[in-house]
Amino acid sequence: MAAPIIRIDNITKRYGPLTVLDGLSMEVLPGEKLALIGPSGSGKTTILRILMTLETISGGHIEVEGDQLYHMPKNGSLVPADDRHLQRMREKIGMVFQHFNLFPHKCVLDNVTLAPMLTKGVAKAAAEKRAMELLDMVGLADKAKNMPAQLSGGQKQRVAIARALALSPKIMLFDEVTSALDPELVEEVLNVMRKLAAETDMTMLLVTHEMGFAHDFADRILFFDRGKIVEEGKPDEIFRNPRQERTQTFLRKIIAAGHRV
Amino acid sequence: MTDWSGYIGLILQGALVTLQLTVMGSALAVVMAFLAGLGRVSRFMAVRVLATTYIEFFRGTSIFVQLFWVYFVLPFAGVTLSPLQAGVLALGLNVGAYGAEVVRGAVKAIGREQREACIALNLTRGQAMRHVILPQALPLMLPTFCNNAIELLKGTAVVSLISLTDMTFQAQVVRAQTGSTLIPFATILVLYFLMALAISTSMRWLERRVTRGLDGVRT
Repeated sequence: MAAPIIRIDNITKRYGPLTVLDGLSMEVLPGEKLALIGPSGSGKTTILRILMTLETISGGHIEVEGDQLYHMPKNGSLVPADDRHLQRMREKIGMVFQHFNLFPHKCVLDNVTLAPMLTKGVAKAAAEKRAMELLDMVGLADKAKNMPAQLSGGQKQRVAIARALALSPKIMLFDEVTSALDPELVEEVLNVMRKLAAETDMTMLLVTHEMGFAHDFADRILFFDRGKIVEEGKPDEIFRNPRQERTQTFLRKIIAAGHRV
Repeated sequence: MTDWSGYIGLILQGALVTLQLTVMGSALAVVMAFLAGLGRVSRFMAVRVLATTYIEFFRGTSIFVQLFWVYFVLPFAGVTLSPLQAGVLALGLNVGAYGAEVVRGAVKAIGREQREACIALNLTRGQAMRHVILPQALPLMLPTFCNNAIELLKGTAVVSLISLTDMTFQAQVVRAQTGSTLIPFATILVLYFLMALAISTSMRWLERRVTRGLDGVRT
Protein backbone atom coordinates (compact mmCIF):
# COMPACT_ATOMS: atom_id res chain seq x y z
CA MET A 1 0.00 0.00 0.00
CA ALA A 2 1.27 3.46 -0.92
CA ALA A 3 2.35 5.89 1.78
CA PRO A 4 -0.41 8.35 2.70
CA ILE A 5 -0.19 11.78 1.04
CA ILE A 6 -1.84 13.37 4.07
CA ARG A 7 -1.32 12.18 7.61
CA ILE A 8 -3.23 13.98 10.33
CA ASP A 9 -2.04 13.10 13.78
CA ASN A 10 -3.99 13.96 16.90
CA ILE A 11 -5.12 17.42 15.75
CA THR A 12 -6.89 19.69 18.19
CA LYS A 13 -8.55 22.96 17.23
CA ARG A 14 -10.08 25.27 19.79
CA TYR A 15 -11.75 28.65 19.39
CA GLY A 16 -11.58 30.03 22.92
CA PRO A 17 -13.54 27.63 25.10
CA LEU A 18 -15.06 25.85 22.08
CA THR A 19 -13.31 22.67 20.94
CA VAL A 20 -13.98 22.13 17.25
CA LEU A 21 -11.60 19.24 16.63
CA ASP A 22 -10.74 16.92 19.46
CA GLY A 23 -7.66 14.79 18.94
CA LEU A 24 -8.48 13.91 15.35
CA SER A 25 -6.31 11.54 13.36
CA MET A 26 -6.78 10.38 9.77
CA GLU A 27 -4.86 9.47 6.66
CA VAL A 28 -5.50 10.05 2.99
CA LEU A 29 -3.91 8.00 0.22
CA PRO A 30 -2.53 9.55 -2.98
CA GLY A 31 -5.29 9.87 -5.55
CA GLU A 32 -7.99 9.05 -3.07
CA LYS A 33 -11.38 10.76 -3.36
CA LEU A 34 -12.64 11.41 0.11
CA ALA A 35 -16.02 12.81 1.15
CA LEU A 36 -16.45 14.37 4.58
CA ILE A 37 -20.05 14.44 5.73
CA GLY A 38 -21.79 15.29 8.95
CA PRO A 39 -23.96 17.87 10.67
CA SER A 40 -22.90 21.50 10.57
CA GLY A 41 -20.44 22.39 13.29
CA SER A 42 -19.01 18.88 13.25
CA GLY A 43 -15.55 20.11 12.22
CA LYS A 44 -15.43 18.83 8.65
CA THR A 45 -14.93 22.25 7.06
CA THR A 46 -12.36 23.10 9.73
CA ILE A 47 -10.26 20.14 8.58
CA LEU A 48 -10.14 21.54 5.04
CA ARG A 49 -9.36 25.03 6.30
CA ILE A 50 -6.54 23.68 8.45
CA LEU A 51 -5.10 21.78 5.49
CA MET A 52 -5.18 25.03 3.46
CA THR A 53 -3.39 26.80 6.36
CA LEU A 54 -6.29 29.22 6.77
CA GLU A 55 -6.43 28.38 10.46
CA THR A 56 -3.88 27.70 13.13
CA ILE A 57 -3.96 24.48 15.10
CA SER A 58 -4.09 24.17 18.86
CA GLY A 59 -2.21 20.88 18.94
CA GLY A 60 -1.06 17.89 16.89
CA HIS A 61 0.80 17.43 13.63
CA ILE A 62 -0.02 17.23 9.95
CA GLU A 63 2.20 15.72 7.29
CA VAL A 64 1.71 16.33 3.59
CA GLU A 65 3.85 14.17 1.33
CA GLY A 66 6.03 13.36 4.29
CA ASP A 67 6.71 17.01 5.21
CA GLN A 68 5.28 18.74 8.24
CA LEU A 69 2.63 21.32 7.32
CA TYR A 70 2.56 23.57 10.38
CA HIS A 71 6.05 22.75 11.61
CA MET A 72 9.51 22.57 10.18
CA PRO A 73 12.65 20.89 11.40
CA LYS A 74 15.27 23.18 12.86
CA ASN A 75 18.38 22.02 14.74
CA GLY A 76 16.92 18.57 15.18
CA SER A 77 13.56 19.61 16.63
CA LEU A 78 10.26 20.77 15.16
CA VAL A 79 9.47 24.48 15.32
CA PRO A 80 6.40 26.37 14.01
CA ALA A 81 6.62 26.86 10.24
CA ASP A 82 7.70 30.23 8.88
CA ASP A 83 6.15 31.95 5.86
CA ARG A 84 8.54 30.42 3.39
CA HIS A 85 7.84 26.91 4.62
CA LEU A 86 4.07 27.47 4.47
CA GLN A 87 4.47 28.91 0.98
CA ARG A 88 6.31 25.79 -0.16
CA MET A 89 3.73 23.47 1.39
CA ARG A 90 0.78 25.38 -0.09
CA GLU A 91 2.07 24.62 -3.57
CA LYS A 92 0.80 21.09 -3.09
CA ILE A 93 -2.71 22.11 -2.09
CA GLY A 94 -5.56 23.98 -3.77
CA MET A 95 -8.98 24.91 -2.48
CA VAL A 96 -12.40 25.78 -3.87
CA PHE A 97 -14.68 27.75 -1.56
CA GLN A 98 -18.40 27.72 -0.91
CA HIS A 99 -18.70 31.35 -1.97
CA PHE A 100 -16.26 31.12 -4.93
CA ASN A 101 -14.13 34.06 -3.69
CA LEU A 102 -13.28 35.17 -7.23
CA PHE A 103 -11.46 38.49 -7.57
CA PRO A 104 -14.28 40.82 -8.66
CA HIS A 105 -11.95 43.42 -10.19
CA LYS A 106 -10.33 40.97 -12.60
CA CYS A 107 -11.78 39.28 -15.65
CA VAL A 108 -12.19 35.51 -15.71
CA LEU A 109 -8.92 34.97 -17.56
CA ASP A 110 -6.94 37.20 -15.16
CA ASN A 111 -8.48 35.40 -12.18
CA VAL A 112 -6.99 32.17 -13.52
CA THR A 113 -3.59 33.52 -14.61
CA LEU A 114 -2.80 35.76 -11.62
CA ALA A 115 -1.45 33.14 -9.22
CA PRO A 116 0.66 31.13 -11.72
CA MET A 117 2.27 34.35 -12.95
CA LEU A 118 2.95 35.68 -9.44
CA THR A 119 3.84 32.52 -7.55
CA LYS A 120 5.49 30.41 -10.22
CA GLY A 121 6.84 33.09 -12.51
CA VAL A 122 4.97 31.66 -15.50
CA ALA A 123 5.13 33.99 -18.50
CA LYS A 124 1.88 35.74 -19.43
CA ALA A 125 1.46 33.96 -22.76
CA ALA A 126 2.03 30.52 -21.25
CA ALA A 127 -0.25 31.27 -18.30
CA GLU A 128 -3.01 32.40 -20.64
CA LYS A 129 -2.65 29.35 -22.85
CA ARG A 130 -2.95 27.05 -19.84
CA ALA A 131 -5.85 29.13 -18.46
CA MET A 132 -7.75 28.81 -21.73
CA GLU A 133 -7.28 25.03 -21.66
CA LEU A 134 -8.65 24.93 -18.13
CA LEU A 135 -11.55 27.26 -18.95
CA ASP A 136 -12.30 25.04 -21.92
CA MET A 137 -12.29 22.03 -19.61
CA VAL A 138 -14.88 23.66 -17.32
CA GLY A 139 -16.86 24.80 -20.38
CA LEU A 140 -16.26 28.54 -20.03
CA ALA A 141 -13.67 29.39 -22.69
CA ASP A 142 -16.14 31.87 -24.21
CA LYS A 143 -16.38 33.78 -20.90
CA ALA A 144 -12.64 34.47 -20.56
CA LYS A 145 -13.02 38.23 -20.97
CA ASN A 146 -16.12 38.53 -18.79
CA MET A 147 -16.07 39.96 -15.29
CA PRO A 148 -17.15 37.67 -12.44
CA ALA A 149 -20.23 39.84 -11.80
CA GLN A 150 -21.51 38.88 -15.24
CA LEU A 151 -21.51 35.15 -14.46
CA SER A 152 -24.06 32.89 -12.79
CA GLY A 153 -23.15 31.17 -9.53
CA GLY A 154 -22.45 27.89 -11.28
CA GLN A 155 -20.20 29.61 -13.79
CA LYS A 156 -18.35 31.44 -11.01
CA GLN A 157 -17.72 28.19 -9.21
CA ARG A 158 -16.40 26.57 -12.39
CA VAL A 159 -14.02 29.51 -12.85
CA ALA A 160 -12.91 29.07 -9.22
CA ILE A 161 -12.15 25.41 -9.95
CA ALA A 162 -10.13 26.37 -13.04
CA ARG A 163 -8.30 28.99 -10.98
CA ALA A 164 -7.30 26.45 -8.34
CA LEU A 165 -6.26 23.91 -10.99
CA ALA A 166 -4.00 26.44 -12.71
CA LEU A 167 -1.44 25.92 -9.93
CA SER A 168 -1.50 22.14 -10.55
CA PRO A 169 -1.95 21.13 -6.91
CA LYS A 170 -1.64 17.48 -5.92
CA ILE A 171 -4.44 17.83 -3.41
CA MET A 172 -7.70 19.67 -4.03
CA LEU A 173 -10.05 20.68 -1.25
CA PHE A 174 -13.71 21.34 -2.07
CA ASP A 175 -15.57 23.10 0.72
CA GLU A 176 -19.34 22.81 0.18
CA VAL A 177 -18.82 24.03 -3.35
CA THR A 178 -22.47 23.68 -4.36
CA SER A 179 -24.11 24.90 -1.15
CA ALA A 180 -24.40 28.53 -2.29
CA LEU A 181 -25.83 27.63 -5.71
CA ASP A 182 -29.39 27.64 -6.98
CA PRO A 183 -30.51 24.01 -7.31
CA GLU A 184 -30.56 24.09 -11.11
CA LEU A 185 -26.90 25.18 -11.20
CA VAL A 186 -25.56 22.44 -8.93
CA GLU A 187 -25.26 19.79 -11.62
CA GLU A 188 -22.94 21.79 -13.91
CA VAL A 189 -20.42 22.12 -11.08
CA LEU A 190 -20.73 18.47 -10.08
CA ASN A 191 -20.15 17.45 -13.70
CA VAL A 192 -16.86 19.32 -13.75
CA MET A 193 -15.82 17.54 -10.58
CA ARG A 194 -16.79 14.13 -11.99
CA LYS A 195 -14.67 14.93 -15.02
CA LEU A 196 -11.75 15.91 -12.80
CA ALA A 197 -12.04 12.71 -10.79
CA ALA A 198 -12.11 10.64 -13.97
CA GLU A 199 -9.31 12.42 -15.81
CA THR A 200 -6.77 13.19 -13.11
CA ASP A 201 -5.11 11.35 -10.26
CA MET A 202 -5.42 14.31 -7.91
CA THR A 203 -6.21 13.61 -4.31
CA MET A 204 -9.58 15.20 -3.59
CA LEU A 205 -11.20 16.01 -0.27
CA LEU A 206 -14.78 17.05 -0.42
CA VAL A 207 -17.05 18.49 2.24
CA THR A 208 -20.59 18.20 1.00
CA HIS A 209 -24.27 17.88 1.78
CA GLU A 210 -24.92 16.32 -1.64
CA MET A 211 -25.17 12.73 -0.41
CA GLY A 212 -25.94 11.28 -3.83
CA PHE A 213 -22.85 12.89 -5.28
CA ALA A 214 -20.70 11.83 -2.33
CA HIS A 215 -21.89 8.26 -2.83
CA ASP A 216 -20.95 8.16 -6.53
CA PHE A 217 -17.81 10.28 -6.28
CA ALA A 218 -15.95 9.14 -3.20
CA ASP A 219 -13.75 6.12 -2.59
CA ARG A 220 -14.30 6.56 1.12
CA ILE A 221 -16.75 8.47 3.31
CA LEU A 222 -15.91 9.98 6.68
CA PHE A 223 -18.82 10.80 8.94
CA PHE A 224 -17.98 13.59 11.38
CA ASP A 225 -19.79 14.57 14.52
CA ARG A 226 -18.63 16.90 17.30
CA GLY A 227 -15.04 17.11 16.11
CA LYS A 228 -14.50 13.39 15.76
CA ILE A 229 -14.78 10.80 13.02
CA VAL A 230 -17.70 8.68 14.15
CA GLU A 231 -17.69 6.27 11.26
CA GLU A 232 -15.84 5.71 8.02
CA GLY A 233 -16.04 3.30 5.17
CA LYS A 234 -16.93 2.68 1.56
CA PRO A 235 -19.92 4.70 0.32
CA ASP A 236 -22.18 1.66 0.16
CA GLU A 237 -21.38 0.65 3.72
CA ILE A 238 -21.99 4.14 5.10
CA PHE A 239 -25.13 4.92 3.15
CA ARG A 240 -26.77 1.46 3.06
CA ASN A 241 -25.66 -0.03 6.37
CA PRO A 242 -24.41 2.63 8.76
CA ARG A 243 -23.27 0.97 11.96
CA GLN A 244 -23.29 3.91 14.31
CA GLU A 245 -26.53 5.28 15.62
CA ARG A 246 -25.43 8.90 15.05
CA THR A 247 -24.71 8.18 11.40
CA GLN A 248 -28.13 6.56 11.03
CA THR A 249 -29.87 9.54 12.63
CA PHE A 250 -27.99 12.00 10.44
CA LEU A 251 -28.76 10.14 7.23
CA ARG A 252 -32.43 9.76 8.19
CA LYS A 253 -32.68 13.52 8.67
CA ILE A 254 -30.93 14.22 5.37
CA ILE A 255 -33.25 11.87 3.51
CA ALA A 256 -36.28 13.36 5.24
CA ALA A 257 -35.09 16.76 3.99
CA GLY A 258 -35.39 15.43 0.46
CA HIS A 259 -31.85 14.60 -0.50
CA ARG A 260 -31.29 11.60 -2.73
CA VAL A 261 -28.88 8.94 -1.55
CA MET B 1 -12.73 104.78 -8.39
CA THR B 2 -10.15 102.10 -7.67
CA ASP B 3 -8.49 100.34 -10.60
CA TRP B 4 -9.16 96.73 -9.63
CA SER B 5 -7.23 94.94 -12.36
CA GLY B 6 -3.90 95.19 -10.50
CA TYR B 7 -5.45 94.02 -7.27
CA ILE B 8 -7.23 91.13 -8.94
CA GLY B 9 -3.86 90.20 -10.48
CA LEU B 10 -2.40 90.11 -6.98
CA ILE B 11 -5.16 87.78 -5.82
CA LEU B 12 -4.61 85.54 -8.85
CA GLN B 13 -0.91 85.30 -7.95
CA GLY B 14 -2.07 84.20 -4.51
CA ALA B 15 -4.40 81.69 -6.13
CA LEU B 16 -1.39 80.14 -7.81
CA VAL B 17 0.33 79.71 -4.45
CA THR B 18 -2.84 78.17 -2.98
CA LEU B 19 -2.98 75.80 -5.94
CA GLN B 20 0.67 74.83 -5.47
CA LEU B 21 0.13 74.19 -1.77
CA THR B 22 -2.97 72.13 -2.46
CA VAL B 23 -1.38 69.96 -5.13
CA MET B 24 1.92 69.37 -3.31
CA GLY B 25 0.24 69.04 0.08
CA SER B 26 -2.21 66.47 -1.33
CA ALA B 27 0.64 64.52 -2.93
CA LEU B 28 2.45 64.32 0.42
CA ALA B 29 -0.84 63.51 2.18
CA VAL B 30 -1.51 60.57 -0.15
CA VAL B 31 1.97 59.17 0.43
CA MET B 32 1.61 59.55 4.22
CA ALA B 33 -1.92 58.12 4.14
CA PHE B 34 -0.74 54.92 2.45
CA LEU B 35 2.42 54.61 4.54
CA ALA B 36 0.63 55.07 7.85
CA GLY B 37 -2.61 53.36 6.79
CA LEU B 38 -0.81 50.21 5.69
CA GLY B 39 1.51 50.57 8.67
CA ARG B 40 -1.50 50.29 10.96
CA VAL B 41 -2.41 46.90 9.51
CA SER B 42 1.18 45.66 9.53
CA ARG B 43 1.91 42.46 11.38
CA PHE B 44 4.95 44.10 12.97
CA MET B 45 4.13 45.68 16.27
CA ALA B 46 6.82 48.40 15.97
CA VAL B 47 5.40 49.55 12.61
CA ARG B 48 1.86 49.61 14.01
CA VAL B 49 2.95 51.68 17.02
CA LEU B 50 4.85 54.13 14.82
CA ALA B 51 1.90 54.57 12.44
CA THR B 52 -0.59 54.96 15.30
CA THR B 53 1.59 57.54 17.04
CA TYR B 54 1.86 59.59 13.86
CA ILE B 55 -1.87 59.46 13.22
CA GLU B 56 -2.92 60.29 16.77
CA PHE B 57 -0.42 63.14 17.04
CA PHE B 58 -1.33 64.87 13.79
CA ARG B 59 -5.06 64.36 14.20
CA GLY B 60 -4.95 65.38 17.82
CA THR B 61 -3.19 68.72 17.50
CA SER B 62 -4.26 71.70 15.44
CA ILE B 63 -2.88 72.41 11.98
CA PHE B 64 -2.19 75.95 13.15
CA VAL B 65 0.13 74.77 15.92
CA GLN B 66 1.77 72.20 13.64
CA LEU B 67 2.50 74.88 11.08
CA PHE B 68 4.14 77.13 13.67
CA TRP B 69 6.25 74.27 14.90
CA VAL B 70 7.40 73.38 11.41
CA TYR B 71 8.18 76.97 10.48
CA PHE B 72 9.38 78.60 13.70
CA VAL B 73 10.61 75.74 15.92
CA LEU B 74 12.31 73.38 13.45
CA PRO B 75 14.98 76.04 12.65
CA PHE B 76 16.22 75.64 16.24
CA ALA B 77 16.83 71.97 15.39
CA GLY B 78 18.83 73.11 12.37
CA VAL B 79 16.06 72.56 9.80
CA THR B 80 15.08 75.76 8.08
CA LEU B 81 12.27 75.55 5.56
CA SER B 82 10.88 78.12 3.16
CA PRO B 83 7.28 79.15 3.92
CA LEU B 84 6.07 77.04 0.98
CA GLN B 85 8.01 73.97 2.14
CA ALA B 86 6.75 74.43 5.69
CA GLY B 87 3.19 74.82 4.44
CA VAL B 88 3.34 71.71 2.28
CA LEU B 89 4.93 69.70 5.09
CA ALA B 90 2.40 70.74 7.74
CA LEU B 91 -0.62 70.32 5.47
CA GLY B 92 0.58 67.01 4.03
CA LEU B 93 1.35 65.50 7.42
CA ASN B 94 -1.90 66.73 8.93
CA VAL B 95 -4.25 65.59 6.18
CA GLY B 96 -2.19 62.42 5.66
CA ALA B 97 -3.08 61.37 9.22
CA TYR B 98 -6.78 61.55 8.40
CA GLY B 99 -6.17 59.80 5.09
CA ALA B 100 -4.34 56.97 6.86
CA GLU B 101 -7.51 56.00 8.68
CA VAL B 102 -9.36 56.04 5.36
CA VAL B 103 -6.78 53.68 3.85
CA ARG B 104 -6.94 51.37 6.87
CA GLY B 105 -10.74 51.32 6.86
CA ALA B 106 -10.93 50.53 3.15
CA VAL B 107 -8.31 47.77 3.38
CA LYS B 108 -10.17 46.25 6.34
CA ALA B 109 -13.42 46.43 4.41
CA ILE B 110 -12.16 43.94 1.84
CA GLY B 111 -13.45 40.75 3.34
CA ARG B 112 -11.80 37.71 4.80
CA GLU B 113 -12.91 35.67 1.82
CA GLN B 114 -10.68 37.60 -0.56
CA ARG B 115 -7.70 37.18 1.77
CA GLU B 116 -8.36 33.48 2.09
CA ALA B 117 -8.53 33.11 -1.68
CA CYS B 118 -5.09 34.74 -1.82
CA ILE B 119 -3.69 32.29 0.72
CA ALA B 120 -5.22 29.34 -1.13
CA LEU B 121 -3.57 30.64 -4.32
CA ASN B 122 -0.29 30.91 -2.43
CA LEU B 123 0.20 34.65 -2.96
CA THR B 124 2.53 36.37 -0.51
CA ARG B 125 1.05 39.04 1.75
CA GLY B 126 2.60 41.74 -0.39
CA GLN B 127 1.26 40.25 -3.61
CA ALA B 128 -2.20 39.88 -2.11
CA MET B 129 -2.19 43.50 -0.96
CA ARG B 130 -0.96 44.86 -4.26
CA HIS B 131 -2.93 42.76 -6.73
CA VAL B 132 -6.10 41.89 -4.85
CA ILE B 133 -6.79 44.01 -1.77
CA LEU B 134 -5.68 47.53 -2.79
CA PRO B 135 -7.32 47.53 -6.24
CA GLN B 136 -10.62 46.74 -4.51
CA ALA B 137 -10.01 49.09 -1.58
CA LEU B 138 -9.12 52.11 -3.72
CA PRO B 139 -12.67 52.80 -4.95
CA LEU B 140 -13.79 52.79 -1.30
CA MET B 141 -11.17 55.39 -0.37
CA LEU B 142 -11.86 57.92 -3.11
CA PRO B 143 -15.03 59.63 -1.79
CA THR B 144 -13.36 60.33 1.57
CA PHE B 145 -10.09 61.29 -0.10
CA CYS B 146 -12.11 63.86 -2.04
CA ASN B 147 -13.38 65.30 1.25
CA ASN B 148 -9.85 65.37 2.62
CA ALA B 149 -8.47 67.13 -0.44
CA ILE B 150 -11.10 69.85 -0.17
CA GLU B 151 -10.37 70.21 3.55
CA LEU B 152 -6.71 70.57 2.64
CA LEU B 153 -7.50 73.26 0.07
CA LYS B 154 -9.38 75.26 2.67
CA GLY B 155 -6.66 74.55 5.23
CA THR B 156 -4.12 76.30 3.02
CA ALA B 157 -5.52 79.62 4.25
CA VAL B 158 -3.69 79.17 7.58
CA VAL B 159 -0.31 79.43 5.84
CA SER B 160 -0.94 83.15 5.42
CA LEU B 161 0.01 83.24 9.11
CA ILE B 162 3.61 82.36 8.28
CA SER B 163 3.68 85.14 5.68
CA LEU B 164 3.19 82.88 2.69
CA THR B 165 1.44 84.93 0.01
CA ASP B 166 -1.46 82.61 -0.68
CA MET B 167 -4.88 83.69 -1.85
CA THR B 168 -6.18 84.62 1.62
CA PHE B 169 -3.01 86.58 2.40
CA GLN B 170 -3.33 88.56 -0.84
CA ALA B 171 -7.00 89.27 -0.18
CA GLN B 172 -6.03 90.80 3.15
CA VAL B 173 -3.36 92.89 1.45
CA VAL B 174 -5.90 94.16 -1.06
CA ARG B 175 -8.39 94.86 1.70
CA ALA B 176 -5.80 96.86 3.63
CA GLN B 177 -4.81 98.89 0.60
CA THR B 178 -8.26 99.60 -0.84
CA GLY B 179 -10.43 99.58 2.24
CA SER B 180 -12.85 97.29 0.44
CA THR B 181 -13.66 93.98 2.02
CA LEU B 182 -16.41 92.92 -0.34
CA ILE B 183 -14.49 92.76 -3.63
CA PRO B 184 -11.35 90.82 -2.54
CA PHE B 185 -13.24 88.42 -0.31
CA ALA B 186 -15.99 87.85 -2.84
CA THR B 187 -13.26 87.09 -5.39
CA ILE B 188 -11.49 84.52 -3.23
CA LEU B 189 -14.82 83.01 -2.19
CA VAL B 190 -15.55 82.25 -5.81
CA LEU B 191 -11.98 81.08 -6.46
CA TYR B 192 -11.97 78.68 -3.47
CA PHE B 193 -15.32 77.34 -4.58
CA LEU B 194 -14.12 76.78 -8.15
CA MET B 195 -11.00 74.98 -6.94
CA ALA B 196 -13.08 72.74 -4.67
CA LEU B 197 -15.39 72.06 -7.59
CA ALA B 198 -12.41 71.09 -9.73
CA ILE B 199 -11.27 68.66 -7.03
CA SER B 200 -14.64 66.98 -6.63
CA THR B 201 -15.19 66.76 -10.38
CA SER B 202 -11.82 65.14 -11.02
CA MET B 203 -12.30 62.75 -8.07
CA ARG B 204 -15.66 61.67 -9.48
CA TRP B 205 -14.00 61.01 -12.80
CA LEU B 206 -11.28 58.99 -11.07
CA GLU B 207 -13.90 57.04 -9.15
CA ARG B 208 -15.69 56.11 -12.34
CA ARG B 209 -12.39 54.96 -13.81
CA VAL B 210 -11.33 52.70 -10.94
CA THR B 211 -14.75 51.15 -10.44
CA ARG B 212 -15.05 50.31 -14.10
CA GLY B 213 -15.71 46.60 -14.45
CA LEU B 214 -16.76 46.07 -10.86
CA ASP B 215 -20.37 46.68 -11.85
CA GLY B 216 -20.06 44.02 -14.50
CA VAL B 217 -19.36 46.19 -17.53
CA ARG B 218 -15.92 45.85 -19.03
CA THR B 219 -14.92 48.54 -21.48
